Amino acid sequence: MAERISLAHGDGGELAHRLIADVFVRAFGHTEEARFDAALCSVPSGKIAVTTDSFVVKPAFFPGGNIGKLAVAGTVNDLAVSGAVPLYLTAGFMIEEGFKIKDLKEIVQTMAAEAEKANVRIIAGDTKVVEKGSIDGIYINTTGVGYYADGKLPVNPAEMEPGDAIIVNGTIGDHGVAVLAARGELGITTELPSDCASLNGLIQSVLSETDGVRIMRDPTRGGLATTLVEIAEDFKATLEIEEELVPVRPEVQGACDILGYDPLYLANEGKVIFIVKKGEEERVLQLLRKHELGKNAAVIGRVANREKGQLHLRTALGSTRRLHRLSGMMLPRIC
Amino acid sequence: MQELLNECSNPQLGKKLLAKVQESAAEFKKRYGRRPAIMEVCGSHTHALAETGIKKVLKDDVNLISGPGCPVCVTDQKSIDAMIKLADGPDRIICTFGDMVRVPGTERSLLEAKTEGKDIRIVYTPTDAVKIARENPEKEVIFLGIGFETTIPILAVALQEALQQDVGNFSMWMTTKLVEPILRALLDAKETNIDGFLLPGHVSIVLGKNGYRYLAEEYRIPGVIAGFESVEMLSSIYKLIRQLLEGRAEIENDYSFVVTDEGNPVAKALIEKFFEPVDEPWRGIGVIPKSGMDIKDEYARFNAKKRFQITVGEPRKTKCRCGEIIRGLVTPEECPLFGKACTPLKPIGPCMVSAEGTCAAHYQYMRED
Amino acid sequence: MCVGVPAKVIEKHEYSAVVDVMGSQITVGIIFVPEVEVGDYVIVHAGQAMSIIDEENAKLSIEEWRRLADARTSQ
Repeated sequence: MAERISLAHGDGGELAHRLIADVFVRAFGHTEEARFDAALCSVPSGKIAVTTDSFVVKPAFFPGGNIGKLAVAGTVNDLAVSGAVPLYLTAGFMIEEGFKIKDLKEIVQTMAAEAEKANVRIIAGDTKVVEKGSIDGIYINTTGVGYYADGKLPVNPAEMEPGDAIIVNGTIGDHGVAVLAARGELGITTELPSDCASLNGLIQSVLSETDGVRIMRDPTRGGLATTLVEIAEDFKATLEIEEELVPVRPEVQGACDILGYDPLYLANEGKVIFIVKKGEEERVLQLLRKHELGKNAAVIGRVANREKGQLHLRTALGSTRRLHRLSGMMLPRIC
Repeated sequence: MQELLNECSNPQLGKKLLAKVQESAAEFKKRYGRRPAIMEVCGSHTHALAETGIKKVLKDDVNLISGPGCPVCVTDQKSIDAMIKLADGPDRIICTFGDMVRVPGTERSLLEAKTEGKDIRIVYTPTDAVKIARENPEKEVIFLGIGFETTIPILAVALQEALQQDVGNFSMWMTTKLVEPILRALLDAKETNIDGFLLPGHVSIVLGKNGYRYLAEEYRIPGVIAGFESVEMLSSIYKLIRQLLEGRAEIENDYSFVVTDEGNPVAKALIEKFFEPVDEPWRGIGVIPKSGMDIKDEYARFNAKKRFQITVGEPRKTKCRCGEIIRGLVTPEECPLFGKACTPLKPIGPCMVSAEGTCAAHYQYMRED
Repeated sequence: MCVGVPAKVIEKHEYSAVVDVMGSQITVGIIFVPEVEVGDYVIVHAGQAMSIIDEENAKLSIEEWRRLADARTSQ
C-alpha cells in the first residue's frame, strides 16, 4: 500500500476502494452496511436525537488523543448531554493530499476504539481528498444519532430553582492547555493530557439513579464560563460560581499565568456541567466519583435566582463579578 | 518557596487586609470628606484589581484610578495606523505580542490584515521574531516593539541577538513608553487629584526603588511598589493610606523580594547600549518630551522606521474618550461608546482592546448589566 | 503594564533556563539574572527571567503583612 494519500485515493476508483477496505471497513467492521449507499439501521421506538459536528483540531495528534478520538467523543457527548442514548455515528473525512496513511490508520483505529468504548457504531462514512495546501492535514465531520429511552427528555430545565447545585465532573482547561502545548508555537511544554473522552457512560450512571438533573451541557470551546453564560441566558437563571471551588490542575493554572489566559475560558473535551435539584448534589457527586471520568467532580456553585440570566463569580476575597462570554479568541499577552 | 508565594494570595490574609484598608479609608474620609485617590499606573494592576474583585469591593472606600499603564492604550492612533500599515508591503512578516493584534486602526486591525492574507504572527518573546527572520531570509521580519521599562530591555535582547547573528532581515518598529515622564506630566498638568501611586512592581525590577525618588522629593506624593497578588496589592494600598493619614510622602518597597533599590544593572546597560530617549506621542495627551525610547543611530539598520517609508493620514475622529480615561479624568461609563458601540469584540479605542486596558477590565469584571 | 510570573528554575544552560510554573514549563533567557541557580524562583516576563525572588525578603514581607492584618485598630 502507498505511504501517503494521493488525489487518486479520493476519485472513487481502485485506490479509493482499497483505502476504504483496508482502513475504514477493517477498523469500523461494518461490512454489511458498506454494501449499500446508505446504512440501514434500527432504532428503538420513540424520539431520536440527531447532532453533527466538524473537527479541525491543530495538531491532529496531541497528548491524550487525536482528531479521531475527538470526533467520536465530541459527537457522543453532544447526544449524551442532550439526555439521549447515543447509538450510531457517521464519519466524513476530508484529507489533504500527501497525508500519511499510517497516521490516517491510527486516527481511524482510535475512532473505532473510542466508538467501542462509548458503545456506539460507526455505520456510514465518506472520504474526500483535496489538493495539497487547500486544508491542513485532516478534517473529520461526525453526525450522531441517539434515542430517548422513555421517549422523552430525562432533564427538565424549566424546573430549575434557586439553590440548585452546579456540578462539574472534573478539572477544567485540560484540553485547551494540552493542545496549546502540542502546537509548540508559544514555547509552553507540559505533560498534561487532553481530557478528551466519551461521557455517555458517566452521564447514564447519573441519569439512571436520579431524576434531579435539571440540565446538562458540555463546556467545549469558550470554556466553562461561556457555557454557563449560555445556560443562564437560555433559561433566565442567575448562576453564581465560586472561584475557589472550580477544580483547575496546577499545570493549567501555570500555563495560564505565563500567557495571561483564564482557565474559565479554555476548551474542555471530557467535561459536563450538571445543574441538579437542591438536596440531590451529594448523591450525584457520589455517583460521579465512582466513575473514572468523575473522580474530581465538585459542586462549583448554585442557581441564585430565576430573574436576570447572568453568571457571577465569587472571588476568593468574597467579592463578586459578572462573567461574560469569551470575546473573540484568547490571545497571549505580555502587558 | 511555593508556600510563601501562595501566601501572597491567601484569601484569609487578604480579607483581614481588606478590612484594614476599609478602616483606614474610613478614617481618611472622616478627616477629608472624600475617598483617598490612588492611581495605579500598571495595566496588570488594573487587570488584577478588577479580577480579584478588590476594585469593586473597595468602590465606596477608595477611589482607585487607572492611570496610563497599558502600553497599547497609551499608543496614539497614528502610531497604531503606521504599525498596521507596515503589513502592507510585499514579502513581510509582522511579529507582535498578542496585545496588539485586535487594536483598531483607522482602517483595520492587524487581525483583519491577517484575515486578508497578510503574514502576522503572534510571538511570546521578541527573540522568537529574530528566529523567524533567520528561518525566512527572503522575507522582511518586523517586530512591533511596544512596552514600558520591563519590556524595553527584552527588546534590546532581541536586537543584541540580531546583531550577534548578523540577521539582516530583522527590524523593529518601536513605540515604547517611559514611566517617569508620564507621571511628571500627569502631576504637572494638575488635572487629576492623586493622593498616592500604587507603583508598578515589574517595571520597578528594572528601575529599582530609587527610580521614584522624584515623586516624594519633588512632588511630595507617596508611592508604594506593589506586587500583583491580592494580598500584595491590599497591603500596598493600606500602606499608602497610612502614609496619607500620617502626613508622610515616601517611596516604600512592598515587593522587596522581587525589587531592589538599584534596579537591574544588566537591563539598564542593555537599554543604554541600543536605545536613546525620544519624544513620544501619547494617546489623548500629546507629545511628551523624552518619554519613549528608540533605536540609536548606530543600529539604524534594525530600525523599521528608517527602513520602511510609511505614511499615514490623520486618524478618523471618534467619540472614544480613552485619552481622558487614561489620565483618570473620566471613568469608562462616562464614555458614550462604552459597552454599546465599543466592546472587546468590536473595540473602538485601545483601552477596550488590551485585556489590561481600563475599559476592557471594566467591561470584563466591573459591568453589572 | 507587564505580566510577570514566579517560576522555578529546573534546568540552567549558558544563556537560557527551563522554568516551571506549577507543572507547565517554558524556556526563558537569563541574561538579566546571570547568577541564577537551579532551584531559584524568578519572575518571568515575555520570555526573560527578570529578577530572582529573594526567599528571605519574601518571608519578611509575609510576616509583615500578617502583622498588619492582625494589628489592633490603630489610634
